[in-house]
Amino acid sequence: MNAAAIIVRAPAGVVVAVLCLFPLLFSDFVTSTIGVRSLFLGIAAASITYLVLHAGMISFSQTALYGIAGFTMANLAAASGGIEHIRILGLDLGESWGPWQAAGAGVAVATVIGVAFGFVCRASYGIYFLMLTLALAVLTFYFFGQVPQLSGFGGIGNVPRPHLIGNPVTDPTPLYYVALAGAVGIYALFRSLVQTPFGLTLQGIRDDPIRMRSLGFRVELHRTLAFGLGAFAAAIAGILSVWYSGQVSPGSIDVIRTIDVFAIAVVGGLGRIEGAWLGAFAFTTLDYAVKRWVGDALGSALDGVTRFETWFGIIFLAILLVSPGGLVGLVQSLGRRIHVRVRRQRQMPDDLTGPAPRAIEERRQRTDEG
Amino acid sequence: MIACGALAVTVAWLASRAIAAPPTFVIVTLNGLTIAALYFVVASGFNLIFGLMRFVNMAHGSLYLLGGYVAFEVQQKLVGGNSAFISAGDVGITDWLLPLAAACGVVGLAGLVLHQVILRRAEGQELRQAVITIAVAVVLGDQMLAHFGGVAEDIRLPEWLERGVSLHVYGVTYSLFRLVVLAIAIQLGLALVLLYRRTRFGTILRAGVDDREMVEAIGINIQVVFAVAFGLGAVLAGLGGVLGGTMVALAPGEDSNFLLKALIVVIVGGLGSLAGSAVGALALGLVEAYAQTYLVFGERNYTYLAILLTFGLLIVALAARPEGLLRGRS
Repeated sequence: MNAAAIIVRAPAGVVVAVLCLFPLLFSDFVTSTIGVRSLFLGIAAASITYLVLHAGMISFSQTALYGIAGFTMANLAAASGGIEHIRILGLDLGESWGPWQAAGAGVAVATVIGVAFGFVCRASYGIYFLMLTLALAVLTFYFFGQVPQLSGFGGIGNVPRPHLIGNPVTDPTPLYYVALAGAVGIYALFRSLVQTPFGLTLQGIRDDPIRMRSLGFRVELHRTLAFGLGAFAAAIAGILSVWYSGQVSPGSIDVIRTIDVFAIAVVGGLGRIEGAWLGAFAFTTLDYAVKRWVGDALGSALDGVTRFETWFGIIFLAILLVSPGGLVGLVQSLGRRIHVRVRRQRQMPDDLTGPAPRAIEERRQRTDEG
Repeated sequence: MIACGALAVTVAWLASRAIAAPPTFVIVTLNGLTIAALYFVVASGFNLIFGLMRFVNMAHGSLYLLGGYVAFEVQQKLVGGNSAFISAGDVGITDWLLPLAAACGVVGLAGLVLHQVILRRAEGQELRQAVITIAVAVVLGDQMLAHFGGVAEDIRLPEWLERGVSLHVYGVTYSLFRLVVLAIAIQLGLALVLLYRRTRFGTILRAGVDDREMVEAIGINIQVVFAVAFGLGAVLAGLGGVLGGTMVALAPGEDSNFLLKALIVVIVGGLGSLAGSAVGALALGLVEAYAQTYLVFGERNYTYLAILLTFGLLIVALAARPEGLLRGRS
């Protein structure tokens, strides 16, 4: 192994080592607020990145789907405020479910609803797709807010966690490793799909849906299934977030939260799946830093208000204006600058929406003219 | 076919409700029309910026709320001095018009800055514009929360504007100001049609949207026209904020609420179509008003599901006709 290869591999090795030993290196509080949160927010953001990167679909629904998984689990498990005796369509489902069964049901329900959402959006592209998924997200938010049988605005508290995880407040280590396993699993899933016939077809559809259709591919079916896949990842994140906080309410899937998760994906960089976790790490670290230091320094002046959203917005804006590729883009250009050959230089398209909508637009103009 | 059938059933059902209690129906209809007027004012600015010029401005709701808060602040300074509460008797018409002018000026300026400093860097890149303006909206929303707090505020009116007037229809009295808002919206719609269709500015704007290079080649500075148009769109958001802050209330969260409403109106109506925006605003306002009152079936009260119905209809409309109900023809 030559020197250049070591320089390329060393940072990755350090990252893997830190990820594996995180609970040993940092305090319980940091493990919980930065470690666990970065991992599950990263999974949610990764589902956005995956859909943009490989399917050209900009989805604002991921936080809503994450909430659907959380609400389903909280209702089925014996949580306070959940359904007391579970009866759906006359089907008696018993008193309450074990935490694992409830979590599995949450992921299944969110995935099925994700496929349904994908079906609704299957023929929309570009900005229309964005708006439609935003509308679905707001619909989901109001649905849980307005239907007291499933949640109501107060939400559901005291959601039981599996025995394996215990109580993350006193010991976050088990939850950290469960979340790490989830993150690695989702990452591996997304990576492994890239080179499959499904993944390649999806990328073809991203680049030129009209050509793919005329080649005989079922464009709508692939887009629907890809959206369902994104919903599956978002659902895993939703389950982990409920295990983390022990509660779920419409407030955890409102427009602000939706924007936060979307911003995490964009700040991290939509050019690589890894960017999602980088963005999540930046988000949680900033949250921690603002509360810890800025809060202390300006606490008395601002009456204890730390204004995290302002700081996050400004930094978000700065990163967007400096580096369209997000933090991943920054890291890559830094890598290039110190003359380390990055194995695969991926050029981010200038427009983050990718070429698909533009191709359609041009074609439409051509047909209009012709 | 299904849509026509559903519409016919809805109209028949509303007619039966109208015959059962005419005064309620008149008031609910007026509520729907006046809230539609407010949506139209906000959406007409959004239609100009997003529908016509294709700048994805997710901070439009923030401009709306900013306009409302600026007017509120100016009115407090003008009337109340330092006391937090002002009574309607102390407010003259200038105490409402001056804040309105101030709000339109400040928001117009804010829109110009947003366009010149930030959005022009991302011309033609829809997603970048969306995320950049989202970041701006997050910062603005948080700063407004810091300055004006979480309590709902409203802009006060002179006493003679605040009262109800008798309509001589089933003995109904209705708020004069809400009727004024309706009149303002209608006049604004007509003025914008004239601006787009009958003035040199409107012609250049439409030509610039269709083919920028050609317009520039003729020797017109299209960037100035775009900047003015963007500023105008922002001013309309500010105007909406003052009307909304007087008619409804100003509170954190109203920014994303009105952004969503403007999005719904413009997208359901079709991007760039002013008539479409009017139809979209009417549909949204009336559906909201009727659903909030009439979703009662005997013992069962479903009015809390009104908001779900609104968004459900939006999704059905978008999924069925992704290009909008009245596709803009330019």
